[in-house]
Amino acid sequence: MSSSQATQLPEQSQLDAKALPPALRRRPSLLREMWKQRAAYLFLLPKLILFTAFVLIPVIWAFVLAFQEYGVFGSEWVGFKNFTSVADSEAFRTALWNTLKYTVVTVPLQVILALVLATLIHPLGRRAQSFFRGAFYLPTVTSMVIIAMVWRWVYNYRYGLFNYMLGFLGIPAQDWLNQSNTALWALIIMSVLIPPGVGIIMYLAAMDAIPDQLYEAAKIDGASGLQRWRKITVPLLKPTTLYLTMLSLIGSFQVFTQILLMTGGGPGHATETLVTLIYKTAFRDLEFGLASAQAIVLFVITLIFGIAQYWLMYRKAEE
Amino acid sequence: MQSKHSPTKWLTYFVLLVWAIISLLPLYWVFSTALQLPDYVESDPPKMIPMGIVEYFTHPENRSQIVHDTFSGFQQLFNSTNIWRWFFNSAYISIVVTAGILVLDTMAGYALAKKQFPGRKLFFWLIIATMMIPGQITLVPLFIMVQNLGLMNTHWALILPDLSMVFGVFLMRQYMLSLPNDLLESAKIDGASEWKTFWKIVVPLSKPALATLGIFTFMNVWNSFLWPIIVLNDADLYTLPVGLKTLQDQNLAIFKLLMSGAAVAAVPMIVVFMSFQRYFIKGLTLGGVKE
Repeated sequence: MSSSQATQLPEQSQLDAKALPPALRRRPSLLREMWKQRAAYLFLLPKLILFTAFVLIPVIWAFVLAFQEYGVFGSEWVGFKNFTSVADSEAFRTALWNTLKYTVVTVPLQVILALVLATLIHPLGRRAQSFFRGAFYLPTVTSMVIIAMVWRWVYNYRYGLFNYMLGFLGIPAQDWLNQSNTALWALIIMSVLIPPGVGIIMYLAAMDAIPDQLYEAAKIDGASGLQRWRKITVPLLKPTTLYLTMLSLIGSFQVFTQILLMTGGGPGHATETLVTLIYKTAFRDLEFGLASAQAIVLFVITLIFGIAQYWLMYRKAEE
Repeated sequence: MQSKHSPTKWLTYFVLLVWAIISLLPLYWVFSTALQLPDYVESDPPKMIPMGIVEYFTHPENRSQIVHDTFSGFQQLFNSTNIWRWFFNSAYISIVVTAGILVLDTMAGYALAKKQFPGRKLFFWLIIATMMIPGQITLVPLFIMVQNLGLMNTHWALILPDLSMVFGVFLMRQYMLSLPNDLLESAKIDGASEWKTFWKIVVPLSKPALATLGIFTFMNVWNSFLWPIIVLNDADLYTLPVGLKTLQDQNLAIFKLLMSGAAVAAVPMIVVFMSFQRYFIKGLTLGGVKE
């Protein structure tokens, strides 16, 4: 890309020199360059205006709000008070702990499940492949609101499917979503049983890209199917694994919809997560400053986990 | 796994089929409950098929009643809720946002991919950085902004922030990097204007990326939940997910009605998915940061 542009640039500047208005001809080169590329700015402008207004300013504002006590008639600077409130808050600690538990269990299981299912699907014929891809991806395009409604029924105490199935194993019926010791686990089980459609599709694409010769060479050397999978497939899928873990991590730190619809964060704070707490702090308690501080803590935690995970996987790769 | 009927192969199919059934069961249950006879909706053990199908043959004398009861959920839904309104709202908001995003992001992505203008790197990294920040951070500031602009409880409050998302700019830029520069240069030498080059050359060549972006945008807007429940208060303005939540809050007992509503919300996404499956799959595998 850069080489072709290098050859074309002089030509282009000669063409455009005549188009410059006289006032700009002797201006500093940056302005001249900008004028020459005015079409680029015009292409960018509509998006840039919206982006600045509804993304950039709100992000900056969030960091300002976190240090303020917000009031309709003006805000007051309060320093780090919101952050110390976050640190002292029992509810926040519970929400953080619940979110961590949820993440630590669901993220690895979702990624491993995607890898195993993709491994099983990959050797199948084209039609079988596309059938299973569709079957596993379809729930992903369905609104979480709908999925959550069905799972409320699955966990229903009186006539739900879950108790019915467990009945065969002789496990007594439980009111899964309304007991503080089972509610979070019920939500975790649900997340694991929703198929990892995105992961399966990405793994399948990555597996297609692994050259056949590698497997053939390993076969000649007498490697078994499982050995080939462990020594060739899994290591070569590492970038996909890293990307999927990152996606899943971000998603699980932000889990919200199913919790609001199925337990509302309760009973008590038993299934409160960071985002349900932020939602309630902001829009039920109208504590805007505190909610912004909570959101920033969420951001920082996500960032730390992301970096730690990246570092761990790549350091291990170098060993 | 070479021979066609080896036990490993059968085991593979068995495991995959069981897992596929588990994964499709919730969606199946939406439709099965929506069409279940009211007497069986809360039966224990659960009835896995709409019992109207069975009773239609075992009780021929009651057929018209059975048909009526099978569809009573939808009838009640259409008569006593705003479901059509919600459906219309979801549809038009999703279409407006998708069309807007396609235009805005293609233009911006083109500038970032093919133009060497001062500030290009800055814009690109700004986009990458904001993509990493969780959306919850902007929840409160956006809420205050929307309130001050007088947009609370209007559809503008949904459309404007959705049009501002940058993922599409990133996607289009990544795709357009691979378009040949020679083609754009020769169009310029032939005297085509910037706009004409964009419209007649860049846009047609970017169709696969446009299809992917359009589908993902539509899906995200159609299913969007957190922001709409914050800014919409008026039942006439609800989108489908918000409407469904209020149905759930009001009618805990009437599961059949709720699942009928869920079916109405699920069908369009299923149709879109079935028709454009290959673009969904392509979309997930496009990407990776090229610089």
